[in-house]
Amino acid sequence: MNRILPVLAVLAAILALWYVAVMPMNAGWTVAQAERAGQELTFLDIVADTMNQDRPRLPAPHQVAAELKKTVLDTKVTSKRSLVFHGWITLQSTLWGFALGTVVGIGMAVLIVYSRTANMSLMPWAVISQTIPIVAIAPMIIVVLATLGVEGRTVPKAIISAYLCFFPVLVSMVKGLRSPGPMQIDLMKTYSASAGQTFWKLRLPASVPYLFTSLKVGIAAALVGTIVGELPTGAIQGLGARILIGDQFGNPLMIWSALIAAACLAAALVSIVAALQSLALQRMGYAR
Amino acid sequence: MSQAVAIEAKNLDLTFETGDGSIQALRDVTLGIGKGEFVSFIGPSGCGKTTFLRVVAGLERPTGGEVRVNGMSPDEARRDRAYGYVFQEAGLYPWRTIAGNVRLPLEIMGYSRSEMADRVNRVLELVELSGFENKHPWQLSGGMQQRASIARALAFDADILLMDEPFGALDEIVRDHLNEQLLGLWDHTGKTIGFVTHSIPEAVYLSTRIVVMSPRPGRITDIIDNPLPRERPLDIRDTPEFLEVAQRVRKGLRAGQSYED
Repeated sequence: MNRILPVLAVLAAILALWYVAVMPMNAGWTVAQAERAGQELTFLDIVADTMNQDRPRLPAPHQVAAELKKTVLDTKVTSKRSLVFHGWITLQSTLWGFALGTVVGIGMAVLIVYSRTANMSLMPWAVISQTIPIVAIAPMIIVVLATLGVEGRTVPKAIISAYLCFFPVLVSMVKGLRSPGPMQIDLMKTYSASAGQTFWKLRLPASVPYLFTSLKVGIAAALVGTIVGELPTGAIQGLGARILIGDQFGNPLMIWSALIAAACLAAALVSIVAALQSLALQRMGYAR
Repeated sequence: MSQAVAIEAKNLDLTFETGDGSIQALRDVTLGIGKGEFVSFIGPSGCGKTTFLRVVAGLERPTGGEVRVNGMSPDEARRDRAYGYVFQEAGLYPWRTIAGNVRLPLEIMGYSRSEMADRVNRVLELVELSGFENKHPWQLSGGMQQRASIARALAFDADILLMDEPFGALDEIVRDHLNEQLLGLWDHTGKTIGFVTHSIPEAVYLSTRIVVMSPRPGRITDIIDNPLPRERPLDIRDTPEFLEVAQRVRKGLRAGQSYED
């Protein structure tokens, strides 16, 4: 309870702010409609109307909740109108991208730690890669993959997702693999340990706490990457596609419900990684 | 004391090149350590006592002179598992249990599973840590951790033990206890021990010989034979004989000090 209470307090504050913002955001349309019809509106009329417009600039929380109930609970999950269906599409790419990004991140970290050349050549490019707007390269990745004969959108989205996800893993793993101090390295030397033994018995286990911390950032980045990957590529399935379609057809409820669904998905993914983290660290004996 | 030589250094020089000039860590160090001796190295920071131990272990390369360990070069001796090294920090792996930490060198050296279990049990008994096999390092006190690290250095039966201020970070009561234990361990294993310390009482209490060193450049200024008997209860430190040796060490340290700075 002690841990949930602060979270709930913040949630309540956000909802309150949200409700307060709904009236001024939507009042313009209400007032314009009333003027055209020659009606006089009281303040309460305006408030009531702004809370229940069909196409509000800013939908009220209860409208989003109703939309979520409709698209998550009341629709069959196999339907193209179900957010569960679209969430599943996004989740698949996210997990593929997460796996790919993690493998690439760890692999590059090992190269960088063991090779001076890789350290000097790869690291700057890894940093530069993150300064390029992902929206700019996403279409190129799709075009290139289509030319190579890759069908469907799962692979290109996963690659875009991995593009965002690998970086935190890389940075943390470089730090983690380098975390053993000179004394630890000397100790291995006094045993005449091979480079492989030093890696498997010292550097790799020492980097595990760093790895999990970066995986929590990485999985959230992978989800963002997938959603961004769905935006400029003309996808019609996935949470990103819902946001795009909602935008194009002027349906804010669709945008907001997809947004909330994405946030919940991210929270769930990060929580799962966090649970795995505490489990793994406990089993390794780090926990006290 | 047997005549066989465990460690022999001849005219050892070591100069570190650093960003702002070179530092002479060792100059003309010549020393023989017989098998079964307990030799302490004492001196202020920067006198090269740790560097000497690292050269013997092959962790540093001398720029002049020669070291032989059991008649071999330091690298050969290391491959021959001639020595175990104990650092100032216990440096146990937090992800391994105490038994797992002691097993580490055995795994690297490729001992069989049953041989590993036997040895781990034996050395943990030797440092009085039986029953702590499955604890993780954070569950042990600093003194117990250091004992586990000594067990780790003993696990593969090296006949030389190189110890770099192993008790430097511990409080005095724990230190006394460990000194007593170490002396007992040395007595019934017959190992050759090279022991770096800052503490005069520790050096006098433990050693058969005390090497006094001084800095800039790091060199040996005095080598003192300790006349105390092998049997040493802790209260030997209050006897006139003990205080006399301590006096000599102190004098040696003072004589080695340069007054330039």
